[in-house]
Amino acid sequence: MERVMMKGNEALAEGAIRAGCRFFFGYPITPQNEIPEYMARRLPEVGGVFLQAESEVSAINMVYGAGGAGARVLTSSSGPGISLKLEGISYIAGAQVPCVIVNVARGGPGLGGLTPSQADYFQATKGGGHGDYRLLVYAPGNAQEMVDLMGLAFDKAEEYRNPVMILTDAIMGQMMEPVVLPPLRTVTAEQPWATTGKQGRKKPNLINSLGIVGEELERINIELQAKYDRMAAAEARYEADGTAEADLIVVAYGTSSRVARSAIARLRQEGKKVGLFRPVTLWPFPQAVLASLAADGKRFLVVEMSAGQLVEDVILAVNDRAKVSFFGKLNGTVPTVREVYDRIRSLLPEGGEG
Amino acid sequence: MKKIFAYPRALTQKRTHYCPGCTHGIIHRLVAEAIDDLDIQERTIGIAPVGCAVLAYDYFDLDFQEAAHGRAPAVATGIKRVHPEAIVFSYQGDGDLASIGMAEIIHAAARGEKITVIFVNNTVYGMTGGQMAPTTLPGQKTTTSPYGRDTATVGYPIRVCELLATLDGPAYLARVSVHDPAHIVRAGKAIRQAFAMQMAGKGFSLVEVLSSCPTNWGMTPVQALSWIKEKMIPYYPLGVFRAPEEVTGDDV
Repeated sequence: MERVMMKGNEALAEGAIRAGCRFFFGYPITPQNEIPEYMARRLPEVGGVFLQAESEVSAINMVYGAGGAGARVLTSSSGPGISLKLEGISYIAGAQVPCVIVNVARGGPGLGGLTPSQADYFQATKGGGHGDYRLLVYAPGNAQEMVDLMGLAFDKAEEYRNPVMILTDAIMGQMMEPVVLPPLRTVTAEQPWATTGKQGRKKPNLINSLGIVGEELERINIELQAKYDRMAAAEARYEADGTAEADLIVVAYGTSSRVARSAIARLRQEGKKVGLFRPVTLWPFPQAVLASLAADGKRFLVVEMSAGQLVEDVILAVNDRAKVSFFGKLNGTVPTVREVYDRIRSLLPEGGEG
Repeated sequence: MKKIFAYPRALTQKRTHYCPGCTHGIIHRLVAEAIDDLDIQERTIGIAPVGCAVLAYDYFDLDFQEAAHGRAPAVATGIKRVHPEAIVFSYQGDGDLASIGMAEIIHAAARGEKITVIFVNNTVYGMTGGQMAPTTLPGQKTTTSPYGRDTATVGYPIRVCELLATLDGPAYLARVSVHDPAHIVRAGKAIRQAFAMQMAGKGFSLVEVLSSCPTNWGMTPVQALSWIKEKMIPYYPLGVFRAPEEVTGDDV
């Protein structure tokens, strides 16, 4: 096991290489450029292909082709680029093609800014593209998780034949942290359903999302929904730190969870009972755990760098069984530990032990 | 006795949905014959477009991926990079290739992507009911140019072969027609040549096929074939626009 210092974006890229990804198609956009740049250097070393596409639209359709042909394939972008990719993502989901898509999110809407943001939560978890589809969405909390979840993302993409998104942000992508890299895995593009040329098969393989005849589309959608139900039942991941004994639980992911963790540490030193609930999968959302914490009488504070997106899933999970407060940042800046500390403090009863 | 005519192996027996008199069926057959002739059925992967040929995967006995509108060259690129030994082709109409998919086709050609593109030009969006296409002729009436294509307001048709011929990437570019048996034979040769180019690793190859759409042109099948000859060919001259030295224009 190698321990190295890496930027988050590079950890994602090397994590993909270690997971057997040998194809990358992408387009430049800040703040994710380290990923394609790393892949342009690294993929030829391992016999892979890096190709800079003419557009985000083409990049995602190259991913659709390569994934449909059975390969482990990655693309990465940031919000405005992900918006362009959504057409392709919908087709990929509809045709049940495995692939991994990274969003190193920046502030929006529109051209927005280059600073970190969590305002692409809806886009990642609620569709974005057309039709009833779901992505498995991972939100790493540090560089090590960027490596580890990337490996998991490729495995799950293949297991479910479904696109997987890794949603992170400009801070996480640029920040350097030590990571332990797993060994290099070798995987082949040999999938029984992939387009390879018939190669002696009696029946051709078809990668397709068209259901135009009779009730074909309903059949496709029933099959997709059954798969999403299996994913929802099996794939929810989260970190719960001190939630059982807490009076108040902060819910946050990615960068904001790191700020929340520091604020919580200070409050605990003062004897306050504050927990952290960090969803690692944003879809499926770890709803059942939150529901049971709500039933135990906890109250919640959602901290995110948006006008309130994650908070909607928390409110749905809690379903009126507990009070949910919200603290958001809108200007592409990260909340300070002091701000989050003060906000938690204001929600706790005076005297500390309540 | 020697068999001189047979149903192509690369086609399924499925009845097509194409309108009476449409020449898609002929072009499908020419593609299948080229694949049979070159004995590449077992390693060929097709990409179907959005448009009239959206169900092409039902008619070819080949592995296929269905692409979003205009994106077939990008999908083909992804497949070819994963399976360089495979023969990868897209089958696209004029709206798909020359309008919404113009970026994809130009860049695939510029990269010299080792794929083959069968580009079916019938001057209209057929599947959606005959709207104006990037290749609709000046003055031609369509459902979205009901007074005839007015070049003063909507500009001019795009000659795809000539446009791509300005690039260094393509290895083979040809425009053919299927309006009569002699031209069908020549079209078949060009399609075979395009696939042969890919097999030889020469680079990007595209064959533009002038095709009829009697339904949306409001003509009988016979009138439509004459219209290709009399109206389309003068605007879209037939010929080879790019070929390696050893391949001559006589092949078309």
